[in-house]
Amino acid sequence: MKVLVAVKRVIDYNVKIRVKADHSDVDLTNVKMAMNPFCEIAVEEAVRLKEKGVATEVVAVTVGPKAAQEQLRTALALGADRAIHVETDERVESLAVAKLLAKVVEEEQPGLTILGKQAIDTDNNQTGQMLAALAGLPQGTFASEVVVDGDKLQVTREIDGGLQTVELTLPAIVTTDLRLNEPRYAKLPDIMKAKKKPMDVKTPADLGVEVASKVTLLKVESPAERKGGIKVGSVDELVDKLKNEAKVL
Amino acid sequence: MSILVLAEHHDGQLAGATAHVVAAAKAIGGDIDILVAGENVAAIAEAAAKLDGVSKVRVADNAAYAHQLAEPMAALLVELAGDYGHVLAAASTTGKNVMPRVAALKDVSQISEIVAVDSADTFKRPIYAGNAIATVQSADSLKVITVRSTGFDAVGESGSAAVEAVDFVAENAQSSFIKQELAESDRPELAAAKVVISGGRGMGSGENFKLLDGIADKLGAAIGASRAAVDAGFVPNDMQVGQTGKIVAPELYIAVGISGAIQHLAGMKDSKVIVAINKDEEAPIFQVADYGLVGDLFEILPELESKL
Repeated sequence: MKVLVAVKRVIDYNVKIRVKADHSDVDLTNVKMAMNPFCEIAVEEAVRLKEKGVATEVVAVTVGPKAAQEQLRTALALGADRAIHVETDERVESLAVAKLLAKVVEEEQPGLTILGKQAIDTDNNQTGQMLAALAGLPQGTFASEVVVDGDKLQVTREIDGGLQTVELTLPAIVTTDLRLNEPRYAKLPDIMKAKKKPMDVKTPADLGVEVASKVTLLKVESPAERKGGIKVGSVDELVDKLKNEAKVL
Repeated sequence: MSILVLAEHHDGQLAGATAHVVAAAKAIGGDIDILVAGENVAAIAEAAAKLDGVSKVRVADNAAYAHQLAEPMAALLVELAGDYGHVLAAASTTGKNVMPRVAALKDVSQISEIVAVDSADTFKRPIYAGNAIATVQSADSLKVITVRSTGFDAVGESGSAAVEAVDFVAENAQSSFIKQELAESDRPELAAAKVVISGGRGMGSGENFKLLDGIADKLGAAIGASRAAVDAGFVPNDMQVGQTGKIVAPELYIAVGISGAIQHLAGMKDSKVIVAINKDEEAPIFQVADYGLVGDLFEILPELESKL
């Protein structure tokens, strides 16, 4: 079975972001970028399925600017066999990404497609579900365990209040939650080998997808700052402040 | 244009989040219908009919909607969406699972986790783990939206909306429910609690989380955790507060042994009053805390419990 895994280039999760002075967006110039953490988990799961002999080939795909090839090379170094880069400099919303990925799914016919549950930049948590809808496939979102059993897939999902296990027919779409696995680090020899692995570059036009969105970003602001607090010296003082100053007890 | 709100429910009870979503619908303006979908949901429909501002409760009571699997739920919402300009759901795991599927099937964008309504087509939502607030405008004919419940005050329960059945039954050969394991808790629901006390890696072990029990009992608080505490296996993951866990905004949030990583702050920095108890006085949590107490939590917690 072929496994397709989608990755996204995002701002590194440790970076404290800055809003641009003109409030048009977040300032991404000279900021460290990385693979979205949930996508790392997706790549890891795909590679583990290959190591178990369940997956025969792992194909990594991304939608984004030329620089996003860095993240595809990372996926290749972690064990993906080849990569597909859908290159565009446009701001691409989840629906358009899902449409592009649906075309790739149609061309590649993977048995399983794995995505992260959300990207830590837009925090949308949409693309996997949208891809499942457009491809007409079942979805196993927020997965903390994935078991392939013949032509079925059992997915344990993290839901409010606990865990839920569902069974899906294959092909299917899975989105990863944090506890699905612990991603490995790329080793230097693998990073070197990854440079020689094949990478296809396509454009949205090649795939026949219009990426323009009907959603406009009007403004980006910093959230209201919390006013600086105080340090108290004892539990008595804390309880007193909570009762008499903050009045929350 | 009217608005359809998907009711959130668990264990035969209407979830508190629904009243917050109705509040968001009121801010948009228009007739508000609620969809209650599930199996044996008559009591839930009755509770939904009491929410202020609701015109009509539409009930899809069928085994097809048991456990609210995404595939049949999305088919149902797509079937009904034609009558509405907006479809809203709570940004719960159910809402997040179902709504993007609905949006894609209707070929429209989805707007996730709105925290404010500027107008019927313009909304505010946090991005980058809550470190920026985006204002977005949608020109789509149907607006599919999930609502962060901490952004809107719940509506009251003095209404009496009409209840009508929906006959549509979605066919689903693609997915089936196997089992569910829910963490048991007598405490208030984390996302809705007025007081939350959370433990982090500094708690040291799952056993030590018991130190929070007495305080939580006295304050009627829910107990949360940081991702570090969950990953260390101290507590189950449904207790996690943060970007990838639950978003809370209680009156009082007490962070114990939590350093205050960006991802944790994303889940709690809208709390009214934040208290931090940490032995590291440089911990970032003190930058957002209204009251900070530097010291050993193993000494502070028992003392705090005795003095409440």
